[in-house]
Amino acid sequence: MLYRTAGQFKTSYVADHALFPVRQDAWLLAFILLLAFVVFPMTASEFAFRALLIPVLIYALAALGLNILTGYAGQLSLGTAAFMGVGAYACYKMTTIFPGMNLLLAIGLSGFFSAAVGVAFGLPSLRIKGFYLAIATLAAQFFLVWLFEKWAWLYNYNASGAIQVTNIQMLGITVAGPQASAMVQYYFVLGVVCLVTVFAINITRGRIGRMWKAVRDMDIAAELVGINLMKAKLSAFAVSSYIVGIAGALFVFLWRGAAEPVLFDIPLSFRVLFIAIIGGLGSILGNYLGAILIVALPVIISTLPAALGLPIPSAMVEHLNTMIIGALIIAFLIIEPHGLARFWAIIREKLIIWPFPH
Amino acid sequence: MDFLNSLLVKPFADMVAAPDFLIQVLWEGIVSGVLYALIALGFVLIYKSSRIFNFAQGIMVVFAALTLVGLHEKGVPALLAVPLTLVVMFILAVGIERVVLRPLVNQPDIILFMATIGITLFLVGFGEIIFGGENKVMITEQLYIPTGSFEFEPFGGFVSIEQKDLTAVIGAGLLVIALLVFLNRSKMGRAIRALGDDHQAALSVGISLSTIWVLVWFISGIIALATGIVWGARAGVSFALEVIAFKALPVLMLGGLESVSGAIIGGLMIGILEKLFEIYWGQPLLGGNTETWFAFVFALFVLLFRPQGLFGERIIERV
Repeated sequence: MLYRTAGQFKTSYVADHALFPVRQDAWLLAFILLLAFVVFPMTASEFAFRALLIPVLIYALAALGLNILTGYAGQLSLGTAAFMGVGAYACYKMTTIFPGMNLLLAIGLSGFFSAAVGVAFGLPSLRIKGFYLAIATLAAQFFLVWLFEKWAWLYNYNASGAIQVTNIQMLGITVAGPQASAMVQYYFVLGVVCLVTVFAINITRGRIGRMWKAVRDMDIAAELVGINLMKAKLSAFAVSSYIVGIAGALFVFLWRGAAEPVLFDIPLSFRVLFIAIIGGLGSILGNYLGAILIVALPVIISTLPAALGLPIPSAMVEHLNTMIIGALIIAFLIIEPHGLARFWAIIREKLIIWPFPH
Repeated sequence: MDFLNSLLVKPFADMVAAPDFLIQVLWEGIVSGVLYALIALGFVLIYKSSRIFNFAQGIMVVFAALTLVGLHEKGVPALLAVPLTLVVMFILAVGIERVVLRPLVNQPDIILFMATIGITLFLVGFGEIIFGGENKVMITEQLYIPTGSFEFEPFGGFVSIEQKDLTAVIGAGLLVIALLVFLNRSKMGRAIRALGDDHQAALSVGISLSTIWVLVWFISGIIALATGIVWGARAGVSFALEVIAFKALPVLMLGGLESVSGAIIGGLMIGILEKLFEIYWGQPLLGGNTETWFAFVFALFVLLFRPQGLFGERIIERV
């Protein structure tokens, strides 16, 4: 009823292929953006920024990068965290070598480093397929984390072996480091995430995106119709790792504030993979829905017992948390293997034709 | 020149200079290789019969070992605890088939893979709630596993072989032989292989998919228990064991996802090579701890030349 499309006539192909063929989609998006840009910053507490809003955005961005590779180009990757690490360490090196560097520029450039590493580890995808390819990304995962640990130059020969973000200013405002306010960091992350999302939406509906989808659906057939497999796969690795690298730089600089190599170990890769799969492979919206679920769930589970007055020890809460997330992943996969994005698509479809069943 | 020397000449000179140490390293490699092979075997069985890439094999090892130790702590005699653990693993297999696999029949591989990661997380949480998160000691002596060590002095040197490691290798060998006989000679084994070849054809000649899946997961559970006992005897039982599941992946890839013998040879190869590399190249040249990635990079290089692994079925693609 809210989504009735009656009266919205398409008089040209351009209108038919527009980003928002249904006007209500645009309104909904405007509403969400209003929430994100105005309402949340005005109402959120410091805790909400740090524990919910910023991580949701950063995880969604990392999942978006992974989704381009796995969901759009069909190349399974289990090494997302390592590429995030490359972005983070590249950004750290740049900000320490050139102390006055604009942080936005540093983050944008650090993506290129992880893109280069991503392409290097993506090269085997030309010969190896499916689960066998997972080994290439796992090799990246374990090798790079080992490198972060052993290559002292990367963390400036710190005794702790960890990278520490110092106060970084942009236009006179502290955006990163211990003194930065959460709201500034939130706006920074939100800005970057919005930019990258627009870029991702357009690239996936354009020529390159269609090329990726053809490769994903059947790469031999794609090759037969004249798609250059090498170009398609490597460009997917490059774009995906670029976005993941940016997410990694944001992860450390605007959220964690410090990072040690262990942070980029395989659990982080899996968490991003969960987000992409629960959200829905091959969708942009899904990454946000998945990230909201995966980030919010532990917070809810850990605060709920206390709110209800149940005396559950914190170790127990943590175990329960793991267990519930595992069960939820299975449940979601069984109920809707195509993810939350498909859920929304079904609901929207129903709303459009409501009150008729078909 | 110096670098080339330490890369190409010195390691081999070291090997020749101290053959006893080399033998010790090789033995350590074989023992860890056997363990990798055992885990990979659990993977292969499930992959062969259902095309599921079972990430949960690692946690099944931990779960089986914890159940065994936990039962013993509750006062169950060790030799009774083993069959009881097997009963638990059987219940787990039935549960997984009923709750997770049956609703997900015919889904793409990656969805099933994610489901097994879900199972992993669930079992980690569940296990921690029941057995607690702290390390446990495997009941080695109660299971009559010898704990002494044989000592040799070849070439005037010194080599020590622990009896429990030897037991592990022999036990694993027997398990593998039993498994091969079961797969190749028994009716059920043939059904499993038939299912691996073609689901629909197998179904049409009256092989029950769900029975075989339960069976296969149960056999994986048995292998998991064996692995858990063996590895637990070496390093204690803890959730850190779960990471060896990752080590089984390159083993699998190297051997080929469908091949039982490939899993064993791949496991031994990776076990031995990563030890050799760590001792003779990793520690002197790269600062050590290369075991975390060597297996993956090695498997990657092999795959570049043989994309289906050393013993995998040739990948034939049709459009």
